[in-house]
Amino acid sequence: MSRIAASWSRFTGIVVKELIQLRRDRLTFGMMIGIPVLQLLLFGFAINSDPKHLPTAILVADQGVFSRTLVAGLQNSGYFDVVRSLRHEDEARQALRAGQIQFLVQIPYDFSRRLVRGERPALLVEADATDPAATSNALAALSGVIDTALAHDLKGPLAALAPGASPVELRVHRRYNPEGLTQYNIVPGLLGVILTMTMVLMTGLAMTRERERGTFENLLATPARPLEVMTGKIVPYILIGLIQVVLVLIAARWLFAVPLEGSIVLLFLVVLLFIATNLALGITISSLARNQLQAMQMTFFFFLPSILLSGFMFPFRGMPEWAQALGSILPLTHFLVLVRGILLKGSTTTELWPALWPIGAFLAAVIAIGLLFYRRTLD
Amino acid sequence: MRALAIDVHKLNKHFGAKHVVRDLSLHVLGGEIFGFLGPNGSGKTTSIRMLCGLLTPDSGSGTCLGHDVVRETAAIKREVGYMTQRFSLWEDLTIGENLDFIGRMYGVRSRTAAVARALDRFGLAERSDQLAGTLSGGWKQRLALAACMLHEPRLLLLDEPTAGVDPKARRDFWQEIHALAATGVTVLVSTHYMDEAERCHRLAYLASGRLLAMGTAQEIVARRGLGAWAVSGPELSAITRTLEALAGVDHVTAFGNVLHVTGRDARSLGEAMGIAAASHPAHRFEPVAPGLEDVFISLMDEVRDEAR
Repeated sequence: MSRIAASWSRFTGIVVKELIQLRRDRLTFGMMIGIPVLQLLLFGFAINSDPKHLPTAILVADQGVFSRTLVAGLQNSGYFDVVRSLRHEDEARQALRAGQIQFLVQIPYDFSRRLVRGERPALLVEADATDPAATSNALAALSGVIDTALAHDLKGPLAALAPGASPVELRVHRRYNPEGLTQYNIVPGLLGVILTMTMVLMTGLAMTRERERGTFENLLATPARPLEVMTGKIVPYILIGLIQVVLVLIAARWLFAVPLEGSIVLLFLVVLLFIATNLALGITISSLARNQLQAMQMTFFFFLPSILLSGFMFPFRGMPEWAQALGSILPLTHFLVLVRGILLKGSTTTELWPALWPIGAFLAAVIAIGLLFYRRTLD
Repeated sequence: MRALAIDVHKLNKHFGAKHVVRDLSLHVLGGEIFGFLGPNGSGKTTSIRMLCGLLTPDSGSGTCLGHDVVRETAAIKREVGYMTQRFSLWEDLTIGENLDFIGRMYGVRSRTAAVARALDRFGLAERSDQLAGTLSGGWKQRLALAACMLHEPRLLLLDEPTAGVDPKARRDFWQEIHALAATGVTVLVSTHYMDEAERCHRLAYLASGRLLAMGTAQEIVARRGLGAWAVSGPELSAITRTLEALAGVDHVTAFGNVLHVTGRDARSLGEAMGIAAASHPAHRFEPVAPGLEDVFISLMDEVRDEAR
């Protein structure tokens, strides 16, 4: 038998063995399918970066028409839900401290009168800004809300008080996601997160499991070579990864109505590259770790920065340069650019090249390290 | 002259600060059944792993089936069958699947037929669909032997293959080993059982990583020159302590109704027995031939004394 045929025979042998073992390991198999579905439903529906209906309390000392207009305006904006109307400042502060309300709006007793006189009365808004993401959108909308609300009442003799037209006509186009839907951003991102988690973890355990059960000694005693073992263990998980991708994409399309602007073929090619990269990383972790626990720890050491520094959770451009540099090493960072680009922007291969090669480079580096550290002997 | 299947010279292996194998030199003839004996932790498993390319020796050289043990481990792996001490096949695969997998790893020709033959030969055909993890010790051992012989190796390295296996299965196993050796296969087998040691053509005894004796069972016993006596009579437990205190007596071991007394120096043991016989007229004292076990225990004592 020629060398290549022998090598192919060993490779297929390992693939078949892994598939049989995977089929018998119901729990793992269930996790591989269950995790993506669960995470997608959970995070897809739960995560919202534009929170609305925030609990607001008002402290109104003024009985004039303008304060009523303002309160109605706040309500109508959708950001503020007036849940309480308070009389005392102490009570209001307490509610803010206790986190019962997100905003406290104070309208002083002579508000309407001073407004009519053109004295620019103060309107105090206090926000619980412990979580900036929760308040920033509402606060940004505030001045517009006030202008629109008052515009109705400032008519006739009061028209002079109405805010004048801005000298510049501002036109904003929110491209690729006009309604600013969080799901358009989160669901494609979840694809990357799910693949990173399951692929690295599952293969991370693959080799250490052999070592813990003592079967590694038998595998080593056979003529099987490192590359055959590594690739043979990777292939079955590529299939699983593709099943996960199809599940997520179906949900993205029919459940979350995320558009697919670009080429689906390109999408799958990118996904394949990403899956292969994560699997190679898992196998490498597997040959570095002494046991399954260590493999698990290493996986989480990689998984956490992947989620936090990749731009999945927080805007990538909001990080300082050193953090961006760190994030640029991670395949997930580039995969997010790729998958969001293909789904939302309809990007082409040429446009995506700057995000493609770093993943390829990561893959090559990881395989090199893996082959270097694969133990051919029991030393 | 028959070619040497194993020919290694001064192999050494350390694990950290521990010197596990010291200057091991072995010559095993083709078609020979070679027994590997020694207490737990004596370096038997490490030595076997070095022979089949699973461990790289720190120093030393040699060949296994004509291939260099350091550089040509790939060639050695193809031609050697290695049975690990602990069952190391996949417990979540069936017997058939395990054999099929091993067949693919070694690139066995007409694999399906080879697997079917192996199943038949080791009586595993009926259980072919049973998961390996659900087998009892004896069946696991059969499966492991079938697996390491599937690619028809010229050399078998068996690491304590009969540990935890019942006497009937052990006998069958040894019958199989002798049949194999008759076809020219070389077998190196490690064991703790003396009856098994006596079924080997030649033996090596290892303790603390050192080779202490090598040769046929008779040669090893003769070379050691031990004296052995059998003592029988009433109240043996009382006399045991008296005998142990005598100069020239190393060990007193009870075997049913007979005490087995051994000493490193046959002559001084004989004198001691003469004195003891005079003061214990109710007992019978007679010299017997020392066994392999006596020799090994005496060798082990020597190593322990040196270590002190």
